[in-house]
Amino acid sequence: MKVITIDKKDWASGLEKTKSAFQVFGPVKEKEWHSFKALGPGEQPDMAYNNTRLSPKFLVEPQTDPMFTYSLDEAKEGHHILKEVRKDIAPKAVVGIRPCDAAAFLLVKRNFDTPQYQDPYWLEAYNSMTFIGLACNAPCSTCFCTSAGGGPFNETGLDVLLVDVGDSFVAKSLTDKGDKWLSAGGWASATDASGKVEALKQAAETKITSNVRTDNLKTRPTTQLYDAPFWEDAAFSCINCGTCTYSCPTCWCFDIQDEVRGTSGIRMRNWDSCMFPMFTLHGSGHNPRSVKVQRVRQRFMHKLKYYVEKYDDGIQCVGCGRCIRLCPVNIDIRKVCNQMNDYDPAACVCPA
Amino acid sequence: MQNPYLPYPVRIDEIITETEDKNLKTFKFVFLNPADEEKFAYRAGQFAELSVTGKGEIPIGIASSPTEKGFVKFTVNRVGLVSTFLHSMKVGDIMGIRGPLGNSYPWDVLEGKNVVIIGGGFAFTTLRASIVYMLDPANRSKFKEINVIYGARTPGMLLYRDELAAWERRDDIKMHITVDGATDPDWKYNVGFVPTITEQKAPQADSDTYAIICGPPIMIKFTQPVLDKMGYAHDHIIMSLENRMKCGIGMCGRCNVGKEFVCKDGPVFTLAQLNTMPKEY
Ligand SMILES: Cc1cc2nc3c(=O)[nH]c(=O)nc-3n(C[C@H](O)[C@H](O)[C@H](O)COP(=O)(O)OP(=O)(O)OC[C@H]3O[C@@H](n4cnc5c(N)ncnc54)[C@H](O)[C@@H]3O)c2cc1C
Ligand code: SF4
Ligand code: SF4
Ligand code: FES
Repeated sequence: MKVITIDKKDWASGLEKTKSAFQVFGPVKEKEWHSFKALGPGEQPDMAYNNTRLSPKFLVEPQTDPMFTYSLDEAKEGHHILKEVRKDIAPKAVVGIRPCDAAAFLLVKRNFDTPQYQDPYWLEAYNSMTFIGLACNAPCSTCFCTSAGGGPFNETGLDVLLVDVGDSFVAKSLTDKGDKWLSAGGWASATDASGKVEALKQAAETKITSNVRTDNLKTRPTTQLYDAPFWEDAAFSCINCGTCTYSCPTCWCFDIQDEVRGTSGIRMRNWDSCMFPMFTLHGSGHNPRSVKVQRVRQRFMHKLKYYVEKYDDGIQCVGCGRCIRLCPVNIDIRKVCNQMNDYDPAACVCPA
Repeated sequence: MQNPYLPYPVRIDEIITETEDKNLKTFKFVFLNPADEEKFAYRAGQFAELSVTGKGEIPIGIASSPTEKGFVKFTVNRVGLVSTFLHSMKVGDIMGIRGPLGNSYPWDVLEGKNVVIIGGGFAFTTLRASIVYMLDPANRSKFKEINVIYGARTPGMLLYRDELAAWERRDDIKMHITVDGATDPDWKYNVGFVPTITEQKAPQADSDTYAIICGPPIMIKFTQPVLDKMGYAHDHIIMSLENRMKCGIGMCGRCNVGKEFVCKDGPVFTLAQLNTMPKEY
């Protein structure tokens, strides 16, 4: 694992060089907000950004993603038989991704890479990527990564971690993929900046003042949490807009739809959300989560109980704070998580 | 990488209208590539996604038994987008099936046991598969007594009527067919709701007797207390759930009941398991 210094005056020219070996994505400001974009020749990422409004999950799981194509024309060979749409698996570098968003891919990977089934669309896209993280020197007030299994300088899920130390980036390569990316940029001045980096890291961590308690989530019985009295209150103002799930880097649910034009069709998948009533509606009209409170409960129970129990490695949330910042009615996962964690029906004397 | 979303291409070989209201049809499929039949090796109680290009996919229980070779069979109720289009398709049309999916009935546990099958309405499809499987000459000796309680609204709404009649004539399976009401004076079987007939005809519970229940929610709701009264332990009551599905492989996230996905961890659960799960089905 090599650590090198990239002088900021060599940054742009080096990044240009990496574009011959990688398709490069980075944060770019559009109107008010940042988002990840493919960077063409001469285009640079804004490395002074805070975080993107939507998470970069769409790079691996696009909001709409074709899976198969087919022809309904009976005169054509192979009509009505699905043909796979293959992913572009050429190397890509996602530059400037925040540690929480990179770690989120690993939480989601558990869903798409199982002993029984592997999702080729998700995995081929993910495997084609090299993640060049950018440590957070100045976390926001809604960040709670340190109590969600990560941290502003967390290296999990990254190939390189960049730390902005002022007039240069300290780049720590974490994998072979990371080494390749650094060599493609031609940066090579070895450094020992560990003291500086450690000081920035501690300063950043102390800036994170909000947290969640998660230690009891695994052992609380599912049915007890499910029947807890606080759900009506938690769901009261929710308008089921789905903003929380669409912006979240650890929400992966999708729908599959066919679309036909003339005689040629595609089967594609689209982001879906447990916040929408159609998500679980049976053809008969029956709906096991027909009312809002059931759907809000599902979102939190999935992230904070079912996932915790299933994989026994923490919550399905990296603490990025997007759902808190973007929810139009200020529903706050930190509050709900703590309510769930602390809920003990035996000790409860007041209603909720 | 194997693509778990890619269906095997099949041709519709036969279509049988099952019920007097014509809302249920049985589709018999043959694989376009004969080698796919082996890859589709299944157990009774599993399901598959029927894939109709241009419309989408629907999860349907496999109605044929693994002992029946050369084809697979599904019985489909006409409900919405995909099932209605499927009902308009013709013999010879090309479509796809993806699977087998889900966990099946617990055949390892059921071996050497008495099996009581309780079914209502059109949820009899994987129960048919189970009966044909158990009655196969190679398998019959593996099970003790087999009782079947199966009910529909009217005689004309029963599925697989020829087979029901043939099973009635056998002495190695006890059939208790019933209808809610019959105007046909020649109706020679039971009249009454499934819970009532279960109370009258099902064997008393013991540790060697398992009940498999499949049917509309209302039937399950009233049959369960009957089984309780007869002393059936909750880990001896086996049920198959239904939830809206898309992927069928535990990835799209919609069919969960608690931490279990009905498509991958189910659809078959014991009542003892369901008692520990939220009632979201
Ligand atoms: C494990 C399992 C086994 C089943 N076995 C049978 C069977 O043997 N025979 C039969 O007639 N029906 C069966 N069903 C129900 C059948 O899947 C639905 O009736 C069917 O999906 C309705 O689809 P549609 O396109 O006609 O309706 P629409 O309302 O237009 O549905 C649109 C889509 O929603 C999903 N969907 C809607 N309702 C259901 C539902 N109840 N269950 C699952 N997905 C749904 C499907 O993906 C469907 O394509 C089974 C369901 C499950 C889960
Ligand atoms: S963003 Fe807020 S209002 Fe919208 S669905 Fe999520 S919790 Fe409900
Ligand atoms: S803070 Fe909200 S948006 Fe961010 S990972 Fe957690 S649940 Fe998702
Ligand atoms: S149908 Fe997609 S998770 Fe079960």
